[in-house]
Amino acid sequence: MRRRFFKTMLVAFAVGLLGATAGAQNLPANKVFRFVPHANLAVLDPIWTTAYVTRNHGYMIYDTLFSEDGKGKIQPQMVQSHSTSKDGKLWTFKLRAGLAFHDGKPVTSEDVAASLKRWSTRDAMGGVLFNFIDRIETPDASTFRFVMKEPCAIVLEALGKASSNVPFIMPARIAATPGTEQIKEHIGSGPFIFKADEFKPGSIAVYERNTKYVSRSEAPSGLAGGRPVNFDRVEWVIIRDPQTQFNAILAGEVDMVEQPSFEQYETLKKSAGVKVDDFTPAGFQYVMRFNHLHAPFNNPKIRQAAMLAVGQQAFINTQVGVPELVRPCRSIYPCSSPLADENTPGFTGVANPAKARELLKEAGYDGTPIVMMRPTDLAAITKLPLVAKQQLEAAGFKVDVQQMDWASLVARRAKKDPPAQGGWNMFFTTWSAQDIDSPLSSAMLNAKGATGWFGWQDEPRIEEFKAKFARAHDAAEQKKIASQIQAVVFETAAFVPLGQYRNPTVLRNNVSGMLQTPGIPVMWGLAKR
Amino acid sequence: MRHFLFKRVLAVLPVLLVVSLVVFFMLRLAPGDPAAVIAGNNATAEDIAHIRSQLGLDGSVVSQYGIWMGRVLQGDLGYSYYLGKPVWALIAQRVEPTLSLALGTAVLAVLLAVPLGTLAAWRMGGWLDRALSAFSVLGFSVPVFVIAYLLIYVFAMQLQWLPVQGYKPLTGPQAHGVWDWARQLVLPWLTLSTIYVALIARITRASVSEALSEDFIRTARAKGLSDFTVLLRHALANAAVPIVTVIGIGVALLIGGVVVTETVFAIPGLGSLTVDAVLNRDFPVIQGLVLLFSLSYVGINLLVDTSYLWLDPRIRH
Repeated sequence: MRRRFFKTMLVAFAVGLLGATAGAQNLPANKVFRFVPHANLAVLDPIWTTAYVTRNHGYMIYDTLFSEDGKGKIQPQMVQSHSTSKDGKLWTFKLRAGLAFHDGKPVTSEDVAASLKRWSTRDAMGGVLFNFIDRIETPDASTFRFVMKEPCAIVLEALGKASSNVPFIMPARIAATPGTEQIKEHIGSGPFIFKADEFKPGSIAVYERNTKYVSRSEAPSGLAGGRPVNFDRVEWVIIRDPQTQFNAILAGEVDMVEQPSFEQYETLKKSAGVKVDDFTPAGFQYVMRFNHLHAPFNNPKIRQAAMLAVGQQAFINTQVGVPELVRPCRSIYPCSSPLADENTPGFTGVANPAKARELLKEAGYDGTPIVMMRPTDLAAITKLPLVAKQQLEAAGFKVDVQQMDWASLVARRAKKDPPAQGGWNMFFTTWSAQDIDSPLSSAMLNAKGATGWFGWQDEPRIEEFKAKFARAHDAAEQKKIASQIQAVVFETAAFVPLGQYRNPTVLRNNVSGMLQTPGIPVMWGLAKR
Repeated sequence: MRHFLFKRVLAVLPVLLVVSLVVFFMLRLAPGDPAAVIAGNNATAEDIAHIRSQLGLDGSVVSQYGIWMGRVLQGDLGYSYYLGKPVWALIAQRVEPTLSLALGTAVLAVLLAVPLGTLAAWRMGGWLDRALSAFSVLGFSVPVFVIAYLLIYVFAMQLQWLPVQGYKPLTGPQAHGVWDWARQLVLPWLTLSTIYVALIARITRASVSEALSEDFIRTARAKGLSDFTVLLRHALANAAVPIVTVIGIGVALLIGGVVVTETVFAIPGLGSLTVDAVLNRDFPVIQGLVLLFSLSYVGINLLVDTSYLWLDPRIRH
């Protein structure tokens, strides 16, 4: 009797284990989309961090007041209508009817006001906008007003800002969290609902279709227009190893890999079952940054010499290595962006070691080695310092490349100490085109000296031009000011653009409907056969 | 026996205290700043200073240690700087995949290596012995990731018998069945067990061959015992102590040392959590993990030591 009881229990246990299934298995295959993001989704607050992967997560679950369309124009998204007073000091916005958060509560103007206030404490462009705003009024649940101190030309650009930090709208009680603290609930009004109970940082993030999402009636275009969702469930699968990403998409275990490695690009193009496509043709730009505080780069002539010594082609060839994915670009704003200007008399982008050597001599360079920081664990930029070392040494510089991981680099670049005492002279980074396509969003154009961006350039002219830019209502005028800022950047050798590149995505052949956006892989519009 | 166990458990406490001190202070001495990682690319030095203050990193290291240790003694490992979640919860999420990987590998390795090593010792110089030697050289010298990619290529890409990557949990709300769980782990188990099969088989061969040369084996044979009985009950039993020691060390190393395998197969275990924590300078998570690894290492050693008493009566006396 006892033996039979145990036998029965054992069989029941085994059947239970064998029969246990997770949610995704009950859905048709074309209703589940598996996406491999470019990085591990760890932080879920897109206002607290500028990490692109968190921004992209934000687009899954939150909505924005305005969005950038496929042509780069700002279009209403949550907003139904908006108007400006004649003197430009009162902006009135009306929200669309039927907008609701994932907890079922309606989106109100109070939620908008709280969300924008929190965003403005973290985002540079938001900070500029709020310098113009005297107060936000919420006369009723669907209307909010900006009462301005003076007219501002960047209201819509700021509210429709596509990249980090994006002014996502969240419930007021969540947006009341200080910008310096992470939010603990992840409730938006966007097309997908975040499944907090299934989230495993480093492994998987799960989203379900928001069946109550009120999409706009216009066709999808960029980030603007309707957001049709064709999947019941989207899984973000974290795969760190590029080779495993490659194997997983070829085996059909995932549907899309956001950024396959450049080394696999040619093979992927020829592989059966997958296709290479590009949702963000604007791409990225590499940059070389000087520390303006310490010798030798506290001398503008030596910075100029370094700028002359480096040639873009070598950087993009070495780091990316796929000719069709790279292009030299002399503009500090991404080439093909509205403010791009390649008329740069002070900067050719082509290495001229002889002229650089001459200038270096004239500047009285004493041979002090340049402390160059190289992040060994960041594949996206790890080769850039090696190219720079070779080119700078050819021009007569002495270079001390110091290898470290990215976490050490970001800690060290915040130090204002002299290079010999733990400081630095030079580092490299890469920017998504959307982060640097405006003088107000580009961190490198924060030239406020000690309180500015790493490298601490103190150049009041740049700050004055930026203030003028925010007040210029005419696009031509804005472009002219942007070019003036660029001229100052090259005159003072604030930093050096090292060329542009694209990092296409790879999808299974049965996936269609990918939208071209300003750098964000959106999951609406996509469909699987 | 009870006295022995009590003494060994008591000896664990100073070990953990020293480990906690060393890890805590080494992390603070190492380059890198969690606040700078959190602040991101757009930040200014002022933003970083503000975050440092919020995280409590601007106090003295000694006071930081005091606060942390006070919490640990109350069972609170603190919160991740980066993820904002309790450290114990993050670790709990990752224990199942790592244990599945480590214990499965250990079982597979023991099941293969001990019989192979014993037979190789029994027929020393024969084809099995020579094949085992060749396999051991390969197992030790081929990097784990190469074995992993080879297995993926053959069994996942070409034959399509097994998945390339991922982990399907056995417990919790997203649990899958045993079949799904095991299917995901077959390739990682095979990958990881290669080196352990090589190691354990070599040790088994050496220990058993040494035991086989002892006088008591001659006596056993003279008594007319079968080869199987001599090999199993006399030679292997007397060679067990070094074999069990190696298996114990192997399992302990597996718990904290499967980073490469976890990365290649995208298994969300403790190894990848450790790498993320180190790269982000997430001090509370690193400290929690190191304490856990030390505890598991000490615990497994304790088990191994206790097993000596059972395996070899001479030690008991």
